[in-house]
Amino acid sequence: MSTIVLLLITGLGLGALYFLVASGLSLIYGLMGVLNFAHGSFLTIGAFIGWEVARRLSDGSWWALVAAMLTGAVVGALVAAATEFFLIRRLYNRHIEQVLVTVGLALASVALFEGIWGTDPTYVTSPSWLGQTTEILGARIPNNRFMLILVAVLVLVAIVLFLKFTRYGLIIRAGVENRLMVTALGIDVRRAFTLVFAIGGAAAGLGGVLASIYYGYVSAHIGGSLLIFAFIVTVIGGLGSLAGAAVASVLVAVLQQFANFYLGGTGDLAVVLALAAVLLLRPRGLMGAKA
Amino acid sequence: MSTTSSTNILTVRNLYGRIEGQQVVEDVSFDVPDTGVTALLGRNGVGKTSTIKSILGLIDRTGEVTLAGRRVDRLPTHKVVQLGVGYVPEDREVFGKLSVAENLKLAERSTHPNRALVEELFPDLVQRHAQLAGTLSGGQQQMVSLARALLNQNRLLLVDEPTKGLSPKIVTEVSQALLAAAKTVPILLVEQNLQVIRQLADRVVVLSGGRVVFTGEAAELLDDQERIQRYLGVHSGSAEVNA
Repeated sequence: MSTIVLLLITGLGLGALYFLVASGLSLIYGLMGVLNFAHGSFLTIGAFIGWEVARRLSDGSWWALVAAMLTGAVVGALVAAATEFFLIRRLYNRHIEQVLVTVGLALASVALFEGIWGTDPTYVTSPSWLGQTTEILGARIPNNRFMLILVAVLVLVAIVLFLKFTRYGLIIRAGVENRLMVTALGIDVRRAFTLVFAIGGAAAGLGGVLASIYYGYVSAHIGGSLLIFAFIVTVIGGLGSLAGAAVASVLVAVLQQFANFYLGGTGDLAVVLALAAVLLLRPRGLMGAKA
Repeated sequence: MSTTSSTNILTVRNLYGRIEGQQVVEDVSFDVPDTGVTALLGRNGVGKTSTIKSILGLIDRTGEVTLAGRRVDRLPTHKVVQLGVGYVPEDREVFGKLSVAENLKLAERSTHPNRALVEELFPDLVQRHAQLAGTLSGGQQQMVSLARALLNQNRLLLVDEPTKGLSPKIVTEVSQALLAAAKTVPILLVEQNLQVIRQLADRVVVLSGGRVVFTGEAAELLDDQERIQRYLGVHSGSAEVNA
């Protein structure tokens, strides 16, 4: 029982990380039809700059962690908005070029990060409570999992409230359905594009800081490795569906944890098989719109 | 064809439109006066919808489009609309996952939208304000689509096949709404139903092969059996224009 509880809560924590990356990917694809392979770079730059801020302020304190998370989110948002404004905006409806540019940006940014921060992982110091465990039903759960889950839930609620109760949220929801008709109502949908990139970048940058706590280090490849699973989550959940991304994040991460423990470290294989099953049986994903 | 810009809200000159490299509008020129209803007619597939989309910039276009004396052919769609163009698209294109109220709110361009007019013309929408637009009937969706355009103070309405696929009762309601709207704003109307054209249109522009082949008073065309047969492929007693 304690093992199942441990795997479940650890899976939820990992799912929280996947969601922070996948939510942006899903919104960006849903509104703009852009598969953004540079999204992992927003996460990595958020993690590195967040770590730089934390260590300069007061390494290991709570307020330094909060400052790091805010910085990671802001940096992720700014870099993502700049990427949309300077690179992606010129390439709407040119999908091959979008893939080439975002893949190129992802590769170049990894090289840039390695040039600045080196190729070895940079270990981070977080508040001591996060390194301790809490016993639940006999399972000793690392405390950082609770923080990951809490932050991901807050981000999900914030995005849902934004989409439901703001003018731009309304524009984004309408744009996901029919972008051209939104422009035909006299709305400059490009501003919504930039905003969606910024929201996705903020979630990814925040996720970068949290990933550094989950793994205990930052590296130039941390975004890329999480991006692969975030793409899988986005496809399984249904491209463009925020709720689908949330549900699939949890399912994928929990499946991964259980398969790793009970099936001899085959978590990644199990996730890929789940992806194949969804593509074969329900190509639009769990909660994606019908074609 | 009138070319006096002071009496025309819209002038179109040598308009070409392309969809994915294919020419769908070819050298189209016509005017829309600043009052009444101008019907854009032609057989299926001649490019009526594409002409409307070209005017709005929803598809690639070249040529001159002037709205109230201002060139708009190089402006993006949202700026053309902001200058005072209401658009009611073919097939309604309501946002199915948004409520009726959200569909209408999204369309509001000013701080003082004309909600009273919309509530007067479409009282059913008031009762259904919280219902998802995707769950409405075709006729109700058409009312949402018309209401989105009528909420704003427009200089011109572009209305594309508003009665397509609707029951006779709803066709009558839609026609009456357009008749009421035409008292305050000029309308460029694409329509297949000749009875609706006869009821609403003051003038007609007929397209054939992507080009304008007739421009004149609506009665002049509708009373000319030979022209109707030649341009629209039907006789004047028919309800619908066919291919």
